[in-house]
Amino acid sequence: MPTKREDASTHPLASTIKLVFHCLPQTASSKKMDSNSIGVLMTCPMSPPYLEQELDRRYRLLRFWKFPQKTELLKPHSQEIRAVVGNATIGANAELIDALPKLEIVSSYSVGLDKIDLAKCKDRGIKVTYTPDLITDDAADLGIALILAVLRKIRGCDLFVRRGPVWKNGDFQLTSKFTGKSVGIIGLGRIGTAIAKRAEAFDCPISYYSRSEKADTNYKYYPSVIDLASNCQILVVTCSLTPETRHIINREVIDALGPKGVLINIGRGPHVDEAELVSALVEGRLGGAGLDVFENEPEAPEELFGLDNVVLLPHVGSGTIETRTAMADLVLGNLEAHFLNKPLLTPVV
Amino acid sequence: MASIVLYLNNSAKDITFPLLEDRFQFLNPNTSSDSLFSSLAGTVRILLCVANSPVNSETLDKYPSLECVVGSTTGLNHIDLAECRRRGIRVTNAGDAFADDAADYAVGLLIETLRRISAADRFVRAGSWAVKGQFPLSYKVWGKRVGIAGMGSIGRRISKRLQAFGCSIAYNSRKPKANISFPFYASVQELASNVDILVVCCALTNETRHIINRDVMKALGKEGIIVNIGRGSLIDEKEMVKLLVKGEIGGAGLDVFENEPVVPRELHALDNVVLSPHRGGAVPESLLRLQEIMIANIEAFFANKPLLSEIELESLSWILS
Repeated sequence: MPTKREDASTHPLASTIKLVFHCLPQTASSKKMDSNSIGVLMTCPMSPPYLEQELDRRYRLLRFWKFPQKTELLKPHSQEIRAVVGNATIGANAELIDALPKLEIVSSYSVGLDKIDLAKCKDRGIKVTYTPDLITDDAADLGIALILAVLRKIRGCDLFVRRGPVWKNGDFQLTSKFTGKSVGIIGLGRIGTAIAKRAEAFDCPISYYSRSEKADTNYKYYPSVIDLASNCQILVVTCSLTPETRHIINREVIDALGPKGVLINIGRGPHVDEAELVSALVEGRLGGAGLDVFENEPEAPEELFGLDNVVLLPHVGSGTIETRTAMADLVLGNLEAHFLNKPLLTPVV
Repeated sequence: MASIVLYLNNSAKDITFPLLEDRFQFLNPNTSSDSLFSSLAGTVRILLCVANSPVNSETLDKYPSLECVVGSTTGLNHIDLAECRRRGIRVTNAGDAFADDAADYAVGLLIETLRRISAADRFVRAGSWAVKGQFPLSYKVWGKRVGIAGMGSIGRRISKRLQAFGCSIAYNSRKPKANISFPFYASVQELASNVDILVVCCALTNETRHIINRDVMKALGKEGIIVNIGRGSLIDEKEMVKLLVKGEIGGAGLDVFENEPVVPRELHALDNVVLSPHRGGAVPESLLRLQEIMIANIEAFFANKPLLSEIELESLSWILS
């Protein structure tokens, strides 16, 4: 279902990407470079197929998942692999980096970098690129979608109509209003700010927690997550995952949010103490939750499957055709720039 | 002495209005004693219509002194407005009690349909994520072109919300609205040709029945989606089902249907459709606001003051003189 209008082409980075591609045609010099001999390792299947197809067309593509024994791939090919394309599921950890002596660049098909051993890359002088900004809108759209889905029980409504019990004229279950509810955001970065702007259109007062107060915003700042949770009705997790933010949502925070509160996690699974979250939901100590990420993806806690006040998604935060295509173009653009000794488009600083 | 209000609930819905029960004396044909009822039926002046209880000539004949009908819903197609106008009876509706909730729900259905939220949730609960891997990609919301059919209080609220998602807004309405700056299209078909998503939120009248017909849906196209939070009969449902099944429209988010509670079976199997049993309006916080509005209307009536949410029967083009 393509759009009538090319959304990717209106993105701020789109013109940069297009410019890079215009500068990198099949010129005599690049033919001489014979990019088809450059070994690129793709860590796992990624959709849409466009990325894999392009990598295959331009480089000597090695698909990690086709080798059940990783050593089968690494032994014969480790000397040719100069680039790794990873994503939020499988990136480039220390073990993989160590096994690739000729690795020059890790171009991640993601904005999250927690699956890449950045310290090791720095040590080895390996460049790392990612795809920032492109997923901001999709992630923020999803955050609001989860809030509406949980509060208005849209999933439950849909299931009710499809599977019964039979909808009688008299059956109606009251759900919960979104307009005007207070929204607390953990992490007021690009995605957090985008969520705030959308929630404001629903007349929601916005508050936030962040490592430090932001000077250029009018939203109310709370110096601790517990304070934030005590003072909002909907708590949205959208910060990056670091050792400090692991389990930032713990029992105390969940208790502060309370039986009428709703937790939305579009960050990373480990942001939330999942065992505590599950027991709070099952016991009714937390009002509801919308979760796009889990501690052990692709496993999601089965104890939640029977609950009506929970929405569970398989990490689809940036899973739109438009955005993934734009991300793929950025991965390809970064690789191309690197192998032509041009400035990287989106290096991790 | 408390003012007497005729309380009519012939809908299947079990709703009560505790705030009104405190203030007024209800005359309920289902529960009042026969003698009380017959003594007051001839003199009661105001009627509270619960949910979609029908109010037609037969009803109005029973209560010859009626001067006002107080509705408890936004849509009034269960009330014979032409007959009310003929008899000089004034009518009020729920005003903006449910407008925010309807707008929230429309946006929710729209995102749900594009981002396949319910289907993705089913995928997780069925255990498919671990077995089948990634859920298929869905479609971006940001920046889509949205056409609103019906730019009333709900349409305006939907526009405000969707603008925050980077959507551009255009609309169709009986006439262009003076204080709205979005592009206006004189026909729904023209509107549909120029947008990615059509949101239907106008009133159901004789003129707007099946306003979303086959031509409009074909104009919206294979990539287009429809969101209906108005009334089922605004859309030619049979045609819509055919087009959805054949893949000639991209998808639909539907809170209302032509023959509720019947929902066409063919829709159950479709992943690009979100179905909802007409819940767009009802949230507890809004029932409070509804009662406030109804109280205000009733008290204004008895005080001979202007009503809060009166429908202008004179200006309705479907009223035949």
